[in-house]
Amino acid sequence: MSYIRAINVAKYFGTGEGKVAAVRSIDVSIEQGEFLCIMGESGAGKSTLLSMLGGLLSPSRGEVLIGDINIYELKPDKRADFRREFMGFIFQSFQLVPYLNVLENVQLPLAVTHHTEAEKKELAMSALERVGLKDKAHRLPNQISGGEQERVAIARAVVNEPPVLYADEPTGNLDSKNSAEVMKLLKRLNAEGQTIVMVTHSRHNAEYADRIIEVADGTIEESGPLFQAAAGASV
Amino acid sequence: MKLRDIAVNNLRRRKAKVFFLVAGLLVGVASVVALMTTTRILEEDIAHKMDEFGANIIITPRSEGLSLTYGGLSLGGLSFDLKEMSEDDAAKITTIKNSENIRYVSPKLFGVFENRGHKALAVGVDFDAELEMKKWWKITGQPPKAEDDVLVGKEAAEKFRVAPGDTLDIKGKTFKVAGVLHPTGSQDDGLVFISLPVSQQLFDKPGKVGMIEVAALCHNCPIAEIVTQISEALPAAKVTAVQQVVEGRMDTLHNFRKFSLGISGLILMVGSMVVFVTMMGSVTERTREIGIFSAIGFRRSHIMRIILLEAFVVSLIAGVVGYASGIGATRVLLSFLTDKVPHFSLDPIVPVGAVFLSIVIGLTASLYPAMAASRMDPSEALRTL
Repeated sequence: MSYIRAINVAKYFGTGEGKVAAVRSIDVSIEQGEFLCIMGESGAGKSTLLSMLGGLLSPSRGEVLIGDINIYELKPDKRADFRREFMGFIFQSFQLVPYLNVLENVQLPLAVTHHTEAEKKELAMSALERVGLKDKAHRLPNQISGGEQERVAIARAVVNEPPVLYADEPTGNLDSKNSAEVMKLLKRLNAEGQTIVMVTHSRHNAEYADRIIEVADGTIEESGPLFQAAAGASV
Repeated sequence: MKLRDIAVNNLRRRKAKVFFLVAGLLVGVASVVALMTTTRILEEDIAHKMDEFGANIIITPRSEGLSLTYGGLSLGGLSFDLKEMSEDDAAKITTIKNSENIRYVSPKLFGVFENRGHKALAVGVDFDAELEMKKWWKITGQPPKAEDDVLVGKEAAEKFRVAPGDTLDIKGKTFKVAGVLHPTGSQDDGLVFISLPVSQQLFDKPGKVGMIEVAALCHNCPIAEIVTQISEALPAAKVTAVQQVVEGRMDTLHNFRKFSLGISGLILMVGSMVVFVTMMGSVTERTREIGIFSAIGFRRSHIMRIILLEAFVVSLIAGVVGYASGIGATRVLLSFLTDKVPHFSLDPIVPVGAVFLSIVIGLTASLYPAMAASRMDPSEALRTL
């Protein structure tokens, strides 16, 4: 049985005449340790699909299971706990909290856990070490480069070692050099056993994934390993 | 890293925002403190001045009276078992438990005299106490200073045809008319005021007094208590509170207090609205952040705690600074409102009340914004990025 399953999920926004289908009907299965890339044009529904897979957005229809837990059957507080323990998020434009320094930003998911202060600090420093930013722990986000901010966002996403990492356009605001560094970092995490689900526009970034699904007009148009999707074959 | 660190860091690193939030609440708290303190001090001052203005307790010798009627026809009345009071009784008044509330004690002795075919009532008084108590008196000439000086009421002066500087014979003794009272519209117009010791000699009642008027500061104590205490000290006397005077004074103070409470309530309402609007604005501005908190696994209660903790800190600062500013404003206000700045006293309940009020308003006004933030859908919040 697959680790993450989205079964016939759909998402509509608005009501009546103004009702818009962001995702029409999608089935996705993701294996543990897999690096899945969701591609598509702007407005295709890929970020909406990622939000539904990540427990951030209730589907209008269908269900999302992680293991054997239907995450949308959980109450909001339990779902928040589930997100904290099982998922890490890397958002577009880094989304660091501007008034917290690098170390504090990385510690954020631990703020509501039962770790001691020393443990929290140790975990955060360890995450920063993994992304190569241990020496910039006490800088504010506006005192480091865009590439470094993205790596801080990755450290924050992995600090509590969640089984799944969701990344929405993680290199959207980076130049090619920094993009490559971030993608190598994600690939390394995946090699260490991290399940990653990433949304991207970039076919170049998609090459780092094990599998790609192409979303268009709210449905999956193509799915398969990189070479097959790129060749236009259906799976 | 704890939730409180997030709140404290936010406040520490957004100084301008905190400044405006504190300022919004501070203005409200300072206004209320200033208004309440100014009102209290003015109220005390007014009460003090009103208490000094005339007597509010009258003490007369106790006597048994009998009203005689027969077949519905009034045959007049008579007094018997008439007791007398002495100057020692007047001194006893200053020994009661609430003696600090006794402002003036003015013993009086009455005696009738005849001059040029006209009869009049001479009243022996302690001129210092009498003149202090009857501040509304206006005198043509001078207030009496020497023992043989008299002060004559307007009607009495016309009756005896005397003016300041003239002489007036009372019971064979010649007095100098030091001054004549302007018409007062009271019984004072027909009286001749002489010094108490002289009146005791003239009417052959050494050491005796016929009536004692007392001006008591009854602002902070019930007048009934003072009446009871004087009655206990002077069992042979009848002690009566001039209810009309007492109630009139209390009414004035009551209205003054109601007015200040109304204004304070209005200011507090405006202050609460300022905090509410500012907190709502702050939450809207932080939509992105709140979305991140929610996405990474903060519960609704965690988000509420962060926002309410920030509101608590801001309110605490606003309460403390607001109290200090309010007291400062009171001093300035009093110097504008009064010619002579009244005694400035601090009420220990006000600082505690100011901080408590500030926290209650800050938290109440932030409750809805905090709830709105905690209920924010993380994907909706992140969509605004």
